[in-house]
Amino acid sequence: MVEHRPWSHLVAHLILIAGVALVLFPVYIAIVASTQGPGEFLRGTLPLVPGGHALENYRAMWESGLSRAGAPPAGQMLVNSLVMALAITVGKLSISLLSAFAIVYFRFPFRLFFFWVIFVTLMLPVEVRIIPTFQVVADLGMLNSFAGLSIPLIASATATFLFRQFFMTVPEELLEAARVDGAGPLKFFKDILLPLSVTNIAALFVIMFIYGWNQYLWPLLITTDPDYYTIVMGIQRMTTAADGDPQWHLVMAAVVMAALPPVLVILFMQRLFVKGLTETEK
Amino acid sequence: MASIKLAGLKKTYAGGVQAVKGIDLAVADGEFVVLVGPSGCGKSTLLRMVAGLETISEGQLEIGGRRVNELEPAQRDIAMVFQNYALYPHMTVFDNLAYGLKNRGFKGDEIRRRVEEAARMLEIEAFLPRKPRQLSGGQRQRVAMGRALVREPAAFLFDEPLSNLDAKLRVQMRVEIKQLQRRLKTTSLYVTHDQLEAMTLGDRLVVLNGGRIEQVGTPMEIYARPATLFVATFIGSPAMNLVPLAYLRERGNGLLGDLPEGTDLIGIRPDDLRLEAPEAPHLMVEATLELFEAAGAESHLYVRLAGSDQPTVIRTAGQPPVAEGEMLRFYVTRDALHPFHRESGRRTDDPNRQAAA
Repeated sequence: MVEHRPWSHLVAHLILIAGVALVLFPVYIAIVASTQGPGEFLRGTLPLVPGGHALENYRAMWESGLSRAGAPPAGQMLVNSLVMALAITVGKLSISLLSAFAIVYFRFPFRLFFFWVIFVTLMLPVEVRIIPTFQVVADLGMLNSFAGLSIPLIASATATFLFRQFFMTVPEELLEAARVDGAGPLKFFKDILLPLSVTNIAALFVIMFIYGWNQYLWPLLITTDPDYYTIVMGIQRMTTAADGDPQWHLVMAAVVMAALPPVLVILFMQRLFVKGLTETEK
Repeated sequence: MASIKLAGLKKTYAGGVQAVKGIDLAVADGEFVVLVGPSGCGKSTLLRMVAGLETISEGQLEIGGRRVNELEPAQRDIAMVFQNYALYPHMTVFDNLAYGLKNRGFKGDEIRRRVEEAARMLEIEAFLPRKPRQLSGGQRQRVAMGRALVREPAAFLFDEPLSNLDAKLRVQMRVEIKQLQRRLKTTSLYVTHDQLEAMTLGDRLVVLNGGRIEQVGTPMEIYARPATLFVATFIGSPAMNLVPLAYLRERGNGLLGDLPEGTDLIGIRPDDLRLEAPEAPHLMVEATLELFEAAGAESHLYVRLAGSDQPTVIRTAGQPPVAEGEMLRFYVTRDALHPFHRESGRRTDDPNRQAAA
């Protein structure tokens, strides 16, 4: 990019701006919509400038929710989402760290076989196994519980695979030095492997958190008790109000609140996130 | 401090490959023994068996009179220095040194005392708060040695610790390792493929080839009287010249009548071929100078023996007035001949007799 022709710059920028606008416009609409009064949407035209009802919409959503549509207060749904996303993230990270540790550092029969079994499940999205999983969770009596929301989503082939790849780049001599230094397997894991994986863990934390937060189909299936509604599926409940038109201004307030936590996580962990995905040298 | 005893040690890998084929060796308390051999001779495997990083397929290993075959590395009371240092990258130098002590349940002030003492000995005190990545190769090597020192183990095991350093630093660290070992008098096993390192460091050398011991002895014993053809050509640089006995006889050289039975190959060190005739009984060979290599204090003469295409190297002090392509005469004293039997690869006279010189 050493050329300095003003036209090519202009074109490049126009394309970029168009791209950004394409992504940002719906978000803008959602924010604008969440500041309108109840009647605005029914007029048929979409307002493009913010209205004056922001505070009352958000307060209404946060405190009481849409009881007519069977949706609890957004505050509670956000907490539910947070609990579920954190449980999934922490669970995924711990399980995949441990299983990658086992696969890389221990010699046991069918080691490669187990690795490939884990690897194959990479190709199966949650939706494929959702009916049998639902059956299992229902039989175990875990419907309408945080355990039911998070446990079935905890197994993670992707994270196991990534950690395995990382562990294999850790020099073997480190393990041997640790053995000579009197560290058993778990001590080695805790004192040496974990600190070396911090950036990878941070990167996966971000990915997994957003994955957990954005879960929609699974919570929709297994929660019938509003106490366990998560925000992402709660929005769906709000829009299918049985009696009358959806209250779009309130729904949009919920949407904005739902979108906020992932953005915050990325903002705060961005530095580690980028480092963990790009840095190969330790 | 302890002695190390290896009895019939063997290592067979799962595929049936035998890397170590029966090693018997006794390392005395406080001795510095160097295992030397070409790559793939099993020397590193042997050291790792002593360390406990490789299982022992057969035989018995004793450290300090105690059978340790089945013990974990940490229980064997040894410390190891690795070729690529193997420092924990996320810990400071201090924590690297302290880690082994912490795992053994030492108290904080005892750890501090020992780490500081080791750091003082190795002159790495200034680096204690740094991370390994902020150190140079030589400094990292010192830290790796410090990690072994603080433990005050029964034995040090060195696995080619100097191979990753540049030539100058290697010589310097070699001297330091030797001095350190003299001072601490800790039993040490040292693996290297560098015969010069082996010669200069060890109280005794163990020359390994193909998973077996070729010869054990002090560096000078091995240099003066190599027991096998392999040792003869492996120890010493440039390597020993091997000339068929028949060739020397044909050239009208006398003095070869009293060689032991079975001798058919004569080894001559490059230093033992001289340009001037010595007074002692000697032989003479003629050769054409093909390449003259001046190396400062000494010169290497690459020649071909007259009437044969046998390449031969001569090392001589200074720079003799010779020209490439010239026919030269070289003299070698009778005492400097090493008689070998080609087929068995063994020395034909008694390898244990002291060299005459």
